[in-house]
Amino acid sequence: MSTRLASGGRLIDRSKALEFSFNGKRLRGYSGDTLASALLAEDQMLLGRSFKYHRPRGLVASGAEEPNALVNLGTGARLEPNQRSTTTELFDGLTAASQNHWPSLDFDIGALNGLVAKFLPAGFYYKTFIHPRAAWKHLFEPVIRQSAGLGRAPVERDADRYEYFYAFCDLLVIGGGIAGLQAALVAGASGARVLVLEQTAHWGGRAPVDGVQIDGQPADDWINNAVQTLDGMENVTLRTRTMGAGVYDHGYVLADEKVADHTPGDGRPRHRLWRIRAGRIVTATGAIERPLAFAGNDVPGVMLASAMRDYAVNWAVSPGDRTVVVTNNDDAYRTAITLKQAGLAVPAVIDARAQADGALPQAARALGITVLTGTAVVGVKGGKRVSGVQLCPQAGEGGAVTQEIACEAIAMSGGWSPVVHLWSHCGGKLSWDEAAAMFRPDPARPPLGDDGTGFVFAAGSANGALMAGEVMGDATVAASAALQALGRPAGEAPVPEARSEAEAPLLPVWIMPQGAGPDLRMKMWLDYQNDVKVSDVQLAAREGYESVEHTKRYTTLGMATDQGKLSNINGLAALANALNAPIPQVGTTTFRPPYTPVPIGALAGEARGDIFQPLRRTPMHDWHAAHGVEWEPVGHWRRPYCYRQPDEATSAAVNREVLNTREKVGLLDASTLGKILVKGPDAGRFLDMLYTNMMSNLKPGKCRYGLMCSENGFLSDDGVVARIDEDTWLCHTTSGGADRIHAWMEDWLQCEWWDWKVYTANLTEQYAQIAVVGPKARAVLESLGGMDVCAESFKFMDWQDGALGGFPVRIFRISFSGELSYEIAVPASHGLALWEALHAAGQEFGMMPYGTEALHVMRAEKGFVMIGDETDGTVTPQDLNLNWAISKKKEDFLGKRGQQRSHLSAPDRWKLVGLETLDGSVLPDGAYAVAEGVNANGQRNMQGRVTSTYWSPTLRKGIAMGLVKHGPERMGEEIEFPKPDGSAVKARIVDPVFYDKEGEKQNV
Amino acid sequence: MSEPVSALGGAAYEGFCKVREIGPLGMLTLRGNIASQAIGKALKDVMGMDVPERRAILTEGGRSVAWMSPDELQLILPYAEAPAAVARLAEALAGVHALVVDVSDARAVFTVSGAGAREVLAKLCPVDLSPAAFGPGEIRRTRAAQTAAAIWMSGEAEVSLIAFRSVAGYVMGLLSTAAAPGGEVGVFA
Repeated sequence: MSTRLASGGRLIDRSKALEFSFNGKRLRGYSGDTLASALLAEDQMLLGRSFKYHRPRGLVASGAEEPNALVNLGTGARLEPNQRSTTTELFDGLTAASQNHWPSLDFDIGALNGLVAKFLPAGFYYKTFIHPRAAWKHLFEPVIRQSAGLGRAPVERDADRYEYFYAFCDLLVIGGGIAGLQAALVAGASGARVLVLEQTAHWGGRAPVDGVQIDGQPADDWINNAVQTLDGMENVTLRTRTMGAGVYDHGYVLADEKVADHTPGDGRPRHRLWRIRAGRIVTATGAIERPLAFAGNDVPGVMLASAMRDYAVNWAVSPGDRTVVVTNNDDAYRTAITLKQAGLAVPAVIDARAQADGALPQAARALGITVLTGTAVVGVKGGKRVSGVQLCPQAGEGGAVTQEIACEAIAMSGGWSPVVHLWSHCGGKLSWDEAAAMFRPDPARPPLGDDGTGFVFAAGSANGALMAGEVMGDATVAASAALQALGRPAGEAPVPEARSEAEAPLLPVWIMPQGAGPDLRMKMWLDYQNDVKVSDVQLAAREGYESVEHTKRYTTLGMATDQGKLSNINGLAALANALNAPIPQVGTTTFRPPYTPVPIGALAGEARGDIFQPLRRTPMHDWHAAHGVEWEPVGHWRRPYCYRQPDEATSAAVNREVLNTREKVGLLDASTLGKILVKGPDAGRFLDMLYTNMMSNLKPGKCRYGLMCSENGFLSDDGVVARIDEDTWLCHTTSGGADRIHAWMEDWLQCEWWDWKVYTANLTEQYAQIAVVGPKARAVLESLGGMDVCAESFKFMDWQDGALGGFPVRIFRISFSGELSYEIAVPASHGLALWEALHAAGQEFGMMPYGTEALHVMRAEKGFVMIGDETDGTVTPQDLNLNWAISKKKEDFLGKRGQQRSHLSAPDRWKLVGLETLDGSVLPDGAYAVAEGVNANGQRNMQGRVTSTYWSPTLRKGIAMGLVKHGPERMGEEIEFPKPDGSAVKARIVDPVFYDKEGEKQNV
Repeated sequence: MSEPVSALGGAAYEGFCKVREIGPLGMLTLRGNIASQAIGKALKDVMGMDVPERRAILTEGGRSVAWMSPDELQLILPYAEAPAAVARLAEALAGVHALVVDVSDARAVFTVSGAGAREVLAKLCPVDLSPAAFGPGEIRRTRAAQTAAAIWMSGEAEVSLIAFRSVAGYVMGLLSTAAAPGGEVGVFA
């Protein structure tokens, strides 16, 4: 059984016991434990089930590379699935549950999949797509959905908050092992701004576990000094629990800080996403040990040799009383020695190499450990836990078991792979190191920055400098090169001497024994999480998947949440073998961010709840809210759709607002309308280019309706333009169009007509704008007093400045409803006060506020078009019969050329008409009018569509506008609109102006 | 006439920093050839200050002039003085191609004060807010999360932020969330 050792454990504090639960079982650990070390110490070897075959699985690794030991962590609003127990710090009260099993972890019915593994080969899913056709939908998909999947998705809202932090530095060091710390010391001494990130809670990486001596002292001493020195440097920032997730163009880096994962509910943000701009980046991300591919290498109790060492040294956890080590290199002997020195039995080291005479094997032998060279593992005994190991010669085919050793755990080591992910994210290339059998960063082909030079420098093990003796020098070189690239001389930092036992070369072993047949190969796991075996990769190769990227997708190798940290190299080596090609020719799959999964919450940052998106409010927003408003989103604005009185239906409120405005007087919050000031000697000329009609000849004090088109000739925005003085115009835009049109203006002024003397200013939010609309509008204004608003002195389409009831206002006499109407602009700080004053003054005249829907109904009754209803980016002003607003005199305007193109000037375009149902009903919005016959695709031909449709309370019938082929020439004709329920409604083509055709009501 | 009311009526929040909506505050936009003698003189006459350098803000006696772009300045002064300042500048710049306009009501102004003020802003604005890179006398036009903003150090441990008035509630929410207790980052000592 696995258990806690009586002494040791450099990271745990035995005086602080913690309680936690796993699958409801109450367990104990210590402060400093990871969930994985605490589970292992409590003899919890079986931690989950695999994805496809539901094989029992236990810990393989001790860090970010762990593929198996994923748990549902937490409960309720703090439940998070697929959490790696190896990187989860233990805390008191932690609750975890295993994943992907039914009904229980110990007895899982899905494990039957393992018995039919023969029928679930690589590419199984794709093959099921093919035949029989019906099988996928009715048989395979339901079965796979039932058996596949990892953790449970949370149901409740996330209880935690998240945030970003924008950080800037000259040099970013990712990785806080001895290489990262040395690089930081070199950079720190130069005075550069340095940010150092370490993904775990501890500095120093694995040097202390591996017994490295630095300057004659244990590595821990040097690490403590280095951290203290760096901490004292004002130009250096150190962060633990912060994982460098991705490297992007221009030195942009994302890092995920686990602020409060280990202290949930303490009020701190759970994660903080660092968005970093770095001048240069040093990746000191270490290396990951590779598993060995032998039959049964996924049985719980088979672990990486380095992980076993970590558990013993860092957390004083024994994986079992008897551990067999299987290796192709000297490094794994450290595990044998460590376990032996901890008082545990190591019956044998199985070494695939013919000879093992280096310092470490000799030291192992000196401790009495048996070393069996030229030997391979041919089988693992045990189901849910290792009970023994079967051996054979590595050179053979594994036909006969030569020896069997009883054991509780197996430590395996297939060599090491530098963590090249961050080097590779932005295009850094790799070279194959034949001697060490690993891909390492190619310094000649780094990721390039905007200046064409490399901006990432790999250091230490991440650069392939795996031996302690090489690391410090390599890190110093990397930091110095980065500083030089930054134009800084390297600082005065000594290069310490790091030492560890010399290691003899490894023997590349991609399969064990080397001649293993199909029966063995289909028990050799490459990707534990996705259940991909050597046999799957070989099948893919046989079926023609020669590209490593295709093989990856076909077999799902490396596509699990661990992204193949353990399996990639072994997998592509297996592919290379199958293709009989050299490994570098097969190459790696693409390394993509993030390095390990980042919670979606961290990526969203603060953007949730009330601050999910900016909400734009007018100065009268709270008044609306207090008066029964129903909101309508317009861009980021919230506008009143209508104001409901108690027990009033929405439609009734709209009808009431329309009638009250038509009969008495209404009040509209029009503050959201765009208001752009355009000033300068060339302003008139500029506006003549922007609008389809003339604006330069507008007289000061007057208003004019205008249209703007894109270069292609399509209608883009509309609004009323007021000329303020000789060289100043105020352009009103649609509510949603203000920012876009302001940017449009600046685009033309800055990029095309840069020599025209025009300045613009977006004054949209400077003014609250209130429309007083209806036959009693003048009376309301007169009762406030201060301005002469009589018909003679304040004509339709005039504007005037003045003081209305003491408010500094600018009044525009314009109308979008067909009624007598004044739009009053007042500085926003007085908006609410003026609104309230008008509302109070209007009471004796029966004033009621109205919303956007009443506004829409009234404009439709008048046949006024609405940008976004009658237009959709494919409609020209001519389509809307707005030829009167298109200047014939002007030599040019934006859109003129476009409108001359044959398709836009074709006579059979769909044009604006009114539509009146024969039965008085309201046409469905967006409905299409059908024509005779079918098109080339067998679809019914169309001849028009509805663009606006409303119940008109004024006319007591449904009214609509639409675009109809040859529409204006077909007045009185009836066309048919099919409805979703299969019935159809007939409508007559009529004039789009339904109400007050002569315009008598607005001109009084 | 009514008293002017700022967007949030002076809302405040206290976390590890203090967040306050201030105002009303007078603000003018001046666009023109800011290197010209005419604008230099008009500014001196009306504001008593020179044209600031690129990304700089000059402050004297409660009035400021900020560089906003190669052809735009922002003038800050008491709210009540804004209309008169517009008139005086317009007069001083008669015949010069320039635009002077009162934007006091189009904006909302916030201060974030306390030792962690830089960090609060660094959670929202993609700006290097370390003391080495950003100090009093400098202004940045940037964004606060999803909305436009301009920020400057209005004191040793105080950052001022201008945003559009309509999103004042959003900005207050951002700043309050960023300043909530427990969110200290501890980077700018």
